[in-house]
Amino acid sequence: MSDIIKIKEEYLNKLKEISDLKEINQLKSELFGKSGKISNEFKKIGSLNPEERKTISSQLNDAKNELHNLIEKKIKDLEINEINLKLKNERVDVTLPERTFNRGKIHPVSQVIDEISSIFSEIGFSVEEGPDVENEYNNFTALNTPKNHPARDMHDTFYLDKNKKFLLRTHTSPVQVRTMLNGKPPFKIIAPGRTYRSDSDQTHAPMFHQVEGLHIDKNINMGHLKGCLNYFIKEFFEVDKIKMRFRPSHFPFTEPSAEVDIGYELKDGKIIIGEGNKWLEILGCGMVHPNVLKNVKVNPSKYQGYAFGIGIDRLAMLKYGINDLRAFFESDYRWLSHFGFDPLDVPSSYRGLSR
Amino acid sequence: MKFTIDWLKDHLDSKLNDEKIIDKLTNIGLEVESFQSQPSELDHFLVAKIVSLEKHPNADRLKVCEVDIGKNENVKVVCGALNAKKNLITVYAPPGAVIPKNQMKLSVSKIRGVTSYGMLCSEAELKLSNESEGIIELSTNKYKSKIGKNYFLNNTPKIIDLSITPNRADCLGVRGIARDLAAAGSGKLRKKNFPKIKSLGQQNLKVKIMNEKYQGCAAFGSYLIKGVKNKESPKWLKDKLLSIGQKPISAIVDITNYVMLDLNRPLHAYDADKIDTEIVVRNSKKGESFDALDNKKYVLEENMCVITDKSGILGLGGIIGGTRSATELGTKNILLESAYFHPKSIRKTSRLLSIDTDAKHRFERGIDPNSIEEGLLVAVELIQKLCGGTISKKDIQINKRFKQRKIIFPITKLQSITGFKVPEKKIRKILDDLGFKVTKKKNVLDLIVPSWRPDIEQEIDIVEEIARIIGYNKIETELPEKVRIKPTLNKQQKLFHFLQRSVASKGYFETVTWSFTDSKINDLFKEDKKEIEIVNPISFDLNVLRSSIFSNLIFYLKKNLERDFKDISMFEIGPIFIGNKPGEQEIVLAGLKSGLASRLNWIEKERKLDVFDSKRDVIQTLHEIGLDPVKININSKTPNYYHPGKSGAIYQNSIDKLPIAYFGEIHPNILHKADLKTDALIVFEIFLDRIKIGEDKLKDLKSKFQYSDFQKSERDFAFVIDKNFEVQELIKIISEVDEDLIKSIRVFDVYEGDNIDKEKKSVALNVTIQSSNKSLTDDDLNYLNKLIISNVENKTGAKLRS
Repeated sequence: MSDIIKIKEEYLNKLKEISDLKEINQLKSELFGKSGKISNEFKKIGSLNPEERKTISSQLNDAKNELHNLIEKKIKDLEINEINLKLKNERVDVTLPERTFNRGKIHPVSQVIDEISSIFSEIGFSVEEGPDVENEYNNFTALNTPKNHPARDMHDTFYLDKNKKFLLRTHTSPVQVRTMLNGKPPFKIIAPGRTYRSDSDQTHAPMFHQVEGLHIDKNINMGHLKGCLNYFIKEFFEVDKIKMRFRPSHFPFTEPSAEVDIGYELKDGKIIIGEGNKWLEILGCGMVHPNVLKNVKVNPSKYQGYAFGIGIDRLAMLKYGINDLRAFFESDYRWLSHFGFDPLDVPSSYRGLSR
Repeated sequence: MKFTIDWLKDHLDSKLNDEKIIDKLTNIGLEVESFQSQPSELDHFLVAKIVSLEKHPNADRLKVCEVDIGKNENVKVVCGALNAKKNLITVYAPPGAVIPKNQMKLSVSKIRGVTSYGMLCSEAELKLSNESEGIIELSTNKYKSKIGKNYFLNNTPKIIDLSITPNRADCLGVRGIARDLAAAGSGKLRKKNFPKIKSLGQQNLKVKIMNEKYQGCAAFGSYLIKGVKNKESPKWLKDKLLSIGQKPISAIVDITNYVMLDLNRPLHAYDADKIDTEIVVRNSKKGESFDALDNKKYVLEENMCVITDKSGILGLGGIIGGTRSATELGTKNILLESAYFHPKSIRKTSRLLSIDTDAKHRFERGIDPNSIEEGLLVAVELIQKLCGGTISKKDIQINKRFKQRKIIFPITKLQSITGFKVPEKKIRKILDDLGFKVTKKKNVLDLIVPSWRPDIEQEIDIVEEIARIIGYNKIETELPEKVRIKPTLNKQQKLFHFLQRSVASKGYFETVTWSFTDSKINDLFKEDKKEIEIVNPISFDLNVLRSSIFSNLIFYLKKNLERDFKDISMFEIGPIFIGNKPGEQEIVLAGLKSGLASRLNWIEKERKLDVFDSKRDVIQTLHEIGLDPVKININSKTPNYYHPGKSGAIYQNSIDKLPIAYFGEIHPNILHKADLKTDALIVFEIFLDRIKIGEDKLKDLKSKFQYSDFQKSERDFAFVIDKNFEVQELIKIISEVDEDLIKSIRVFDVYEGDNIDKEKKSVALNVTIQSSNKSLTDDDLNYLNKLIISNVENKTGAKLRS
């Protein structure tokens, strides 16, 4: 029996007995160190004749690999054992509270504006905005509500100068005026934003939010208006069916004008949209009045279309069961926390409007 | 506009039931706000059941009854009736009810020491019979299901309350409403013939309309009725007015009111004996005054339309009469006026004087100018019938003649606007029923607009008339098309959206507050900006547009602190105002945090919020929106509501004039002035409109992916440098030594104190060095090391700390 096999047997036996990392490292250097037993055998190969050299060196390599692999495996095993031992003393009470974190919230008005924008984006509308401070022309006159028109009484206006030339816009409709004056038809926009009326009680706040819609092209008619709003309401309330009623009404800037009611019923004090036989008024709309088109330099014999205005806060109240409009603007931390939305809940069509 | 179905049927021959009529009204644009009976005193009396009863502790003849009145809780009633017994169904009157027999109003009272809530009634007490022995006994079978319901049926006619839009002046009279319903197929409009009047003699009170600029009166018709006997109105007339909740006054007044409500024709009756000589309708002069029927004295501006006599002003034409010529029960001779006043003039005058009357409401919307005579005839006939007297010939003065309006209506217009086709015959029928004179010519209809429809001016008005009468439900719904003309949001809007959610995701609650605020709080944040006052604020403490969002945020922070919240994070994104003209506003995101960064807990140390907390939130946000961190520049020039030593301004580029953001601790004086009790208050502002974002999309902005696998090295330096030297500059100097090799610089210690000169500080930095094309040798690194040290020392006067 050659030395090689002897060494191998000897060390395989030693390896079995060892249960300590230090010892195994010691053993490893005895074999493979600079003057280790295996290393020495390799040195001897040079003095052998070619035939012997071949067989011996292959034997030697096999022995080396076998020992080496076993040693490495044993080292790993012992290391893992050691870690496992250590872990026994590393137990914490994971039911203790985590480090503090703060959740932020998005205000319901912002969330609903994003929901609205997402819905209208699907049918090709873009978002326009206008200033909160308007002149009397854009807010009234251009919208076919000249001075001394009784319809001006319908809006309790905040004025910023004695001559009543500058005011806080009473609706988002002046954005229509601005958009059309600054561009060329077709127009297909929505305009969400702050609006102001000097009115204040449980259901009215001096500031509230509206979204304006405007679609002007060559052959847009009331059928399109109905289709658009029907689509919007269904999407917004996330229901399959919606009962809707278009009622003739009057706004100076649209003709024919309509108010839109949706059907609802009360179940356990909660409003269920889309069922029942009660009606709830939710928006005003109509075909843009030819006088308005003329005022914004759009030819009414070529272009026509519809406009609508919806109260955003009211939509939010209906959808999310909020009772008091004034609470929207009072920054009560409890209210914001309760009705606010997670910032990552971005309304979109592919992941749904709301969670 | 209020009326009853009965009144409507004076004008409309209809077989439809009430519900159908109500639905129709709404469907043709006359919105029914409510349809209900007037509340009645008798509504108080409820069917009730005695659930149990026991003897009154202090009175032998009284009982204490537990009574079920259909509410969640039973009530206790003390009762002396012998027939009161368990399970008896009877009539209960709650506190507040008035007992018909003696008109006594009930209240909660103690009867011999036991509180009684209301009473149980006998027939006599309800005036049903003379039976006063015992309380009413109702049949169990008939009434057992009606516990808690009204005992008396409310027989008063139901009132329809319409919300009439400002364009529909004609529907401020019952006849106009009937006409609309008839056109919509709900019945037939009854024919009304002008009454025939037997008139005797001249109207010898001269009436004159002055022909002057701004004359508000176009026509003034009148009759003189002599020898009347004014009195209480007869039952039918009183009932008519009462049925819609109006108070009858006297026959003359009631008749004028009735004609106004019935035909939308306001009239005014003068006591002719109190008119001095003649009537002149003219413009007022500034400072003239009169006592009006609402018991107020009005001082007039110039050019208001006044009805006058030789002695002065009798009234404001079409708005309100004066007390001097008012009719009374003793009035003998009457001048009855039926006139046309221009809407604009009425509106201007009533607004300047803040008067609102039924007549004003109608005239400012436009009365039928051709109704002068009809109104006079109907009223005069009634006056003579009820009050006697002789009638003069009519007198009608005209200053400006009414012109009929003509419209040429292309029939195809209807379909182009509404999308649905209506047979021409039907169109003509509707217009005819609405009172238009219709003549067909080729593809158009020649229309003469009825005089009672001042709102109808052009083609589109005709479209609306036909569409609303046919019903909007007939319009076919078109599916929305998805064609997009422009991207939904532009860059600026995306930025708004992103910032909003980026800040919220850092633990802030978004809030929305008014655009106006209290000037006193606003002053704290206004700096040198103009104060923008609201001329007519909703309240004195919301009197200016906000110059800063903090004006409101601080206010609501305080409210929340008072609710015992301590650690508050809030922000708002919205406009602040720089001037009172359109566009003089700016979008700002303002955030605040109060209290402690972490409040005592088992794993973290307590720490107050400080300037670097707000700096982290802003800088992280700015990085997230895509600003180049290397170009961002910071200095300490901040508005005076920031802590002067603990706040900073952020510039998108170092050469920019305006900062895009501020951050820092709030000035302690503000905390003091606003009386805010909090451990710390840090704030920041981001000015959206100042942030420059290119038009490039992300796909264009992503540069080629380059990385290095060569070894990184780190070197630490500590420099002793002037105390006021900004670290931002130090970092810049180091990074400029070799922008390719120096990958990042981290400040890991700043020290002032022992072993360091008082005017100096020690700044320790860790510099990461990596080449993109080779492994750096020790020589390379040593060379760079020396270069960094020499550059810093030469440019800043710092010394490497040994």
